[in-house]
This record gives sequence, structure tokens and C-alpha cells, in this order.
Amino acid sequence: MTRPSRSSLLMAPALVWLTALMVVPCALVLALAFFRRGIYGGIDYTFTLENFGLVFDPLYAGIFLNSARIAGTATLIAVVVGYAAAYAITAAPRRWQPVFLFFAVLPFWSNYLIRTYAWIVLLNREGLVTQLLRWVGYTGEPPSMLYTEGAVIAGLVYNYLPFVILACYAPLSRLNPELAEASRDLGASAMTTFRRVILPLTVPGIAAGAVFVFVLSIGNFVTPALLGGGRFQMIGNLVYDQFLTANDWPFGAALAMALIAIMLLVLMAQALAANRASGRTAEAQGNANG
Amino acid sequence: MSETRTLLAIDDVSKNFGRVTAVDGISLDIRENEFFALLGPSGCGKTTLLRMLAGFETPSDGRILLDGKDIARTPPNKRPVNLMFQSYALFPHMSVRANVSYGLEMERLPAKEIRARVDAILATTELMPFADRKPEQLSGGQKQRVALARALVKRPRLLLLDEPLGALDKKLRGAMQLELKRLQHEVGITFVIVTHDQEESLVMADRMAVLKDGKLLQCDTPHAVYEHPADRFVADFIGVMNFVPGTISADGVIAANGTSIAGKVPAMLTPGASAVASVRPERIRLFPSSETANRTTGTVEALAYQGLDLQLHVRTPLAPEPFLVRVTADAADRRPVSSGDQIELGWDAADVRIFKE
Repeated sequence: MTRPSRSSLLMAPALVWLTALMVVPCALVLALAFFRRGIYGGIDYTFTLENFGLVFDPLYAGIFLNSARIAGTATLIAVVVGYAAAYAITAAPRRWQPVFLFFAVLPFWSNYLIRTYAWIVLLNREGLVTQLLRWVGYTGEPPSMLYTEGAVIAGLVYNYLPFVILACYAPLSRLNPELAEASRDLGASAMTTFRRVILPLTVPGIAAGAVFVFVLSIGNFVTPALLGGGRFQMIGNLVYDQFLTANDWPFGAALAMALIAIMLLVLMAQALAANRASGRTAEAQGNANG
Repeated sequence: MSETRTLLAIDDVSKNFGRVTAVDGISLDIRENEFFALLGPSGCGKTTLLRMLAGFETPSDGRILLDGKDIARTPPNKRPVNLMFQSYALFPHMSVRANVSYGLEMERLPAKEIRARVDAILATTELMPFADRKPEQLSGGQKQRVALARALVKRPRLLLLDEPLGALDKKLRGAMQLELKRLQHEVGITFVIVTHDQEESLVMADRMAVLKDGKLLQCDTPHAVYEHPADRFVADFIGVMNFVPGTISADGVIAANGTSIAGKVPAMLTPGASAVASVRPERIRLFPSSETANRTTGTVEALAYQGLDLQLHVRTPLAPEPFLVRVTADAADRRPVSSGDQIELGWDAADVRIFKE
């Protein structure tokens, strides 16, 4: 009987960590969502389901949809650009690949806020982009780029791109190059080889990268606040406002719970897909060792 | 085997990778319906040559003529040549049937024809029961057959096989060697197999080419290569050979200890030149008659019982290395030999091959 007690002893630190920093805070926020807002802010401890009803109010549901759309667009762009970058890196000589990966991930080492402020410097009316346009001879009105939805998407793509590159690089670099050669040998063009062999075998990496970008984007509040100028509200900003401006903690908690529910659904879908794909990925990599 | 029409002519082909020359001016003719083996130690250039035939490498110099047409620069998907990869390279996300159909789908054949041809090749390779399995659910031998079926179903003019049996265990390898020969006969396609296993090419090939350091050393039937190796390397690489270093005399080689070994001296070697005389283990007899041209005595150092025959290591005054002698189980039973025995060895002058040192 010593074995189970020893293993639970080894698990104890992880369990304490999870309980103190995940379960308890989430339970507190969840509990908060079932109370009323006090008249002068604060919390009125009477049970209600109103807050969840309010989440589905067209006004707020619209913000959810808008966030999903912006996060979805950012995800799509990041996946296309990130996959292409990862593909280019795997095409480089083996000894250069870690160097290229290092540079791809380098922006991660600076602060998220600073990276986002840098885009303000780039995009504002007299920013670097405008100056560059002037320098090549453009004389018209400076284009308005900052505080647009495009700026928000650019910021999200820029910040989360390294995730996609890393997630796609792993399966691409482990893919047995003879699989692509076999496809060519059997009469397939380079394009068909990509579509029918390389892409299907690297879907798990794409899915992992996409989930990262989507989950981190849909709940983001810094980028829409700074690059969207507060004009393009996403759920993250809404939750932030409820807690810090409107002082409606119970509604903020309900919104946060809805957001967590969306993220969990996305993660579960990805886990299911990854589970189904894991067999064939293992095989593709096993071939490389054979 | 009987056809003599040239299918593929490799004409003075070289391949350089930077300053390394992987293939160095090789010329070879491969005949229609032939089972041809490219044999050599690792790094001899055989795989590079094969990849040039498949279209994955372009020759730095020379021509590759298929039916008289230069295909050296034709991309792999545009030549009637298929390669069976050493790793098999089966598409892991596709079933056996989908793997085999893939190449025909690329030819945009009607679905009905694809189905019929895939069914036929799956039957030939005895893969029907596994048609719906994924590669990961197959054994090594089954994967090998899928790789073969996938290439054969395309009905290529030329099928290239890169170390096709390397991943199989010894017993299965023996069975697959015969299986490959049977299939080749059945489908009537020219096979070019790359291998480092000399036994494999002796068993399977109609003709074989021995390569070393990117150069062609010899190209002939297995029998001719085994019995009349072009040089000392080939003699050593193919099968087992006993070597006696010495100097050329009028009618053979004089060993370091003064013993004369009778044998035919090649025209290019003049008396006094250093050379080696050699003889195959199975050509050496124990207890030879007094008429035997070459005789020596030695001490049995070790015996290796191998079922079919007995291998003796015999220390002789002729050479620094012990002689390897093969005695049939039959002969060994009649005159038992044990370790430490003094025995007499003998072999005919006709079985001696003499090479430049």
C-alpha cells in the first residue's frame, strides 16, 4: 500500500499549485457571477442568474462575435504566414535552422506592451510608415492606419506569430523527406505533393498554433485598447471595463466565465483532433528513423 | 534475361557535391527485362547513381538515355521510372489501397481502371486482406510489399529498389529475395537494385556492377564476377577469398616464404612485380593427392560448424592471415578434423587468381 501513497505525495506540489492558483480563483470568479451588483458598486450577496442572461443580450453577444471574428482573422493570417515561415526554415540547411528559429522567436524576449507600443510608433499619422511613404514621394493625406481593426489584427498577428512558427516547425522538421520524394516519384507535382502529403501530415502543428493564437487573441485587451484606440471593443476590454470602470464585478465575472467556456471548447476540439491525428504523425516520424 | 536490347544507357555520368565526387565517369548499359544490381560498400556512389536515375539528382556531367532519349534533366514525376525507397516512405495517413492508388490517380486514369489495376497488384503481392489498413498496422515484410506494389502498379519501364531488404530480418530476407525475383519475372519490368550485400546481388541479379569510390570496377554476371574478379578489391568484396602476397614469377607467384604458387599470370604483370595469389575457400581440398599443383601444410586454429558445411581456419606458412577452408559436412564426417591438427591443403592452378598488389 506504500505505492499509491508515495505517488500521491509526489503529485502533492502540483495539486497544491493547481488548487491555489487555478481552481480557487476560478471558483471565486464563478461564484461572483451568481450575485447581484451592489447599488454603489460592490456586491450584493443575493443569488441571481441575471448576469448570464445579460451575456446573451444582443449588445454583448455582438461584442463576442466581433471578438471571435477579429481573433479568427488574426489566426488565419498568423497560420498562413507562420506556416510559410516554418516551411522556409525547414528548407534551410540543418545547421542554420536553430539560428533562424532563434530570430523568429526573438521578439518574444521583449515586453508585450513595448512590442505593442512599437506599432503605435509605426502606424500613427506621422509615424514611420507615413514618413517612408513621404520619402518615396507620396504627398497626399497620411493614411489612417492606427486605431483601425486592421491595426488590432496586425498587432495580434505580430505578437502571436512565433507560437505558430514553433508549432508548425516541429512536425515539418520531423517529416521524413522521402515521403515528399515518393510522392514526386509517383507522378505528383510539387503542389499536389504539398496538398496531399505534407499538409495533411502537419495539420496537428497548424491546429496547435491556431488554437494558441485564437485563444490568446479572443481574450486580449491590451492590443485592442492600444491599437484599436478603444473604438473596437473586444470581450477582454469589456471584462476589464466591468471590473475597473463600471464596477459591476458580477457581470464581469459572468463575461469572463463565458470567455473561459469558449476557450475550453476550442481547446477540447483541438485535443480531440490531435488525438485522432497522433497515430499518423507518429508513423510519419517513425519512417524518418527507419 | 534472354533479351539483349539496351533499355537504359548510363553514359559517362559524374556527380559532384561541392568538391566531393560521388560518381566518377560511370558508363553502364542496363538491358530490357534484366535484374541488375548496383553493389558496393557504403559511400561508393551507388545511391547517388540511383537517385540520378530516379530524377532526384541531376548529373554534373554525362547522359542518361532511356530508350535512347536523354532523361538526365527530366523531373522525377515526368519519367517512367519508379523508386522503391529504403525506408519504404509509405504515406502514413493513407490506407494500403490509397497508397497504391496514389500514383495512378496522378496519371488521371478513370476510377474504374485504377480500381482494377490496384486490385490486380494487391492480389499479386498478397496484400488484399490488408487493403484497408494503415501502414502503422503492418509488419516490416508487409510494408515492403506495399512499397513494391505502389511502384509496380505504375508499370514503370524501370523499377529502382534502394536496399529493399535491408530492414528485414535474415530469414524473411531470404524468402523475399526469391519473391522479388518471381515478381520481376511475372511483371516483366526491368529491376535495378542497390545493395551493399554481395550475397543478395549474387542470388538475385542477372548482372551486377561493382562500384568503389564513385568508379565502376566490374560489370558482369554474378558467376563471372565471383569466378573472375576484375581486381583485388572485387575479389575481396564478393564472397570470401584467401590471399597470398608475393612476387610474380614465370608461372605464378612466389610467396614470402619461397613457396611457389602455380596459376595464370595476367599479361599486365611482369616477373618481379609484387602481387597476390588468391583462392576461394571452397576450391581448397583437405588431404590432396600428390598431383595437385598447389599444396601446403598448416595447423587448424579454429572450426566453425555451420550446418551445411564446416569452416576451418588454418594457419599456413604462406600468408600472415590464416586460410579459410570450407569442407562439406559429408567430407568432414568421413575424415574428422579437430582444432590443433596438422593437415595438408591443396588446390588446382586453374582455381588461382592473381592480382596486382
